Amino acid sequence: MNIMEIRWHGRGGQGAKTASLLLADAAFMAGKYVQSFPEYGPERSGAPITAYNRISDERCTIHSNIYEPDYVVVVDETLLESVDVTAGLKPDGAIVINSSQSPADLKPLLGGYQGGVYTVDAGELSRKHLGNYFPNTPMLAAIVAISECVEPKTFMQDMEEAYSHKFADKPQVIKGNLACLEETMQRVREQMEG
Amino acid sequence: MSIRDRMSGNEAIATAMRQINPDVFAMFPITPSTEIPQYFAKYVADGKVDTEFICVESEHSSMSACIGAEAAGCRAITATSSAGLSYMNETLFVAASARLPIVLAVACRALTGPININHDYSDSMAERDSGFIQIYAENNQEAYDNYLQAHRIAETADVRLPVMICEDGFITSHALENIELESDEDVKAFVGEYNPENYLLKEENPLAVGPYGVSGYYMEARVAQAEAMKNAKKAILAVAEDFEKTFGRKYGFFEEYKMEDAEEAIVIMGSSAGTAKAAVDELRAEGKKVGLIKVRVFRPFPGEELAEALKNVKAVAVLDKSEGFSANGGPLFAETASACINLETRPKMIDIVYGLGGRDFTVAHTKRIFAHLEKIAETGETGPVYIHLGQRDAREEVL
Repeated sequence: MNIMEIRWHGRGGQGAKTASLLLADAAFMAGKYVQSFPEYGPERSGAPITAYNRISDERCTIHSNIYEPDYVVVVDETLLESVDVTAGLKPDGAIVINSSQSPADLKPLLGGYQGGVYTVDAGELSRKHLGNYFPNTPMLAAIVAISECVEPKTFMQDMEEAYSHKFADKPQVIKGNLACLEETMQRVREQMEG
Repeated sequence: MSIRDRMSGNEAIATAMRQINPDVFAMFPITPSTEIPQYFAKYVADGKVDTEFICVESEHSSMSACIGAEAAGCRAITATSSAGLSYMNETLFVAASARLPIVLAVACRALTGPININHDYSDSMAERDSGFIQIYAENNQEAYDNYLQAHRIAETADVRLPVMICEDGFITSHALENIELESDEDVKAFVGEYNPENYLLKEENPLAVGPYGVSGYYMEARVAQAEAMKNAKKAILAVAEDFEKTFGRKYGFFEEYKMEDAEEAIVIMGSSAGTAKAAVDELRAEGKKVGLIKVRVFRPFPGEELAEALKNVKAVAVLDKSEGFSANGGPLFAETASACINLETRPKMIDIVYGLGGRDFTVAHTKRIFAHLEKIAETGETGPVYIHLGQRDAREEVL
């Protein structure tokens, strides 16, 4: 069975767990079997936390943590100094970091990782489209674009439907979220091609 | 027709509760409670259930309120975890001995100390002698399905015992996974109405609750309770059979996974069984004759059936996710080994205590265990019988 495994690094209160739930939702809507689970350490705001996704075409019965992920998402770049975010990351996989810096700037902090390195300025993108610091939306789009765990077109259609349902009473939010997803995916694709 | 959805184990259990719409849900709303009453509070607020939702000041009181409600003829439920279950301890024995078919959902977690919020079976295993039926789940689907079966088992006329529906704390309770839900109508039809033959103030058939039992009578009540626990075995299988007919998913006392010709096997519970299945698959692909048994029902313990399933295996590792401090292995090992004691040929058997306080259990761990079992099967020598697996210091590891 082919299982895609993704690891999220963030800080308590920043929404890495929520982002992994959103990714699971997107994959679920596309017909996949999903797992989304956090690893709980000390419960305090700002502490490093890890969350995980497994995405597959059949139910995955494995319930351990993920040690050799295909992809890693770093929601808070200050973690690069204290957490070994590329630990076990497959060389043919990739890491995406929420940062205004370029991949080349951050590579020295990644312990010689040879796979794909991408950055997304989730702060700038979410402020532009959503009017506030909501890094989850861009990070979700970035990991979908990089991993193609869901076909991007299907992803956009499903998200439009999900947002229309969730923000039925706030239609202006729907447009901003969709634009944010779209622009993030576009920028990531440019990085991947460049 | 099942409904494809995705949710956590907590939401799955809360959904089952909503569909059943019990008369009373008594709960303590603060840590170490679970999200289950939080979900249920929303169902109450949204008018999706007409349950009497009682917030009390402790778990001792939540179980006491359930006892009062059940004694009055209501269907009563609650949910808890960890130290909350320990705090219920006294009242669990009252509920069971008063033969009140309360259903209690438990997100199984470690007990202090050191202080730890993560998963193991310290809490539920400590209550194994309380008189509750205990049913364990591998994932959210099983937690949901077990819950749907719980009331009928509990309320069976010759059983009338409370049931603990156990899910793995965090690993199942907080993990989102796919699930097949059943419709509200189908669930209601399956679970049915509760019509107790007697209760406290039922005029035509009243019930005495909580009487004093002098030495001349106490033992008879306990024997009757023990008989009820034996009867629960029939009820569990009967309800599982009807569940399979109705919803298509099969359950028993335990699940046998690739056991037909297995020479080495592990006996395990909960979410770890799923992880271990992946290891069994890999080893089977290499031609190894390995299998596993996932124990679903721990109380009543299916000793005869388990012995039958293990009798042709050469070497068995029983995996305990709680440390019983018996100096002789954990509770699942004690039960499994004693179940096999009168077999004419029985497997060599060791106990492996693992996963305490959320220590992760992996496919690689399982393979190490099977490699060890292969050696035991070859040599007939068990070596150390009571082992801890997955410690920080590799030098402490026997395997």
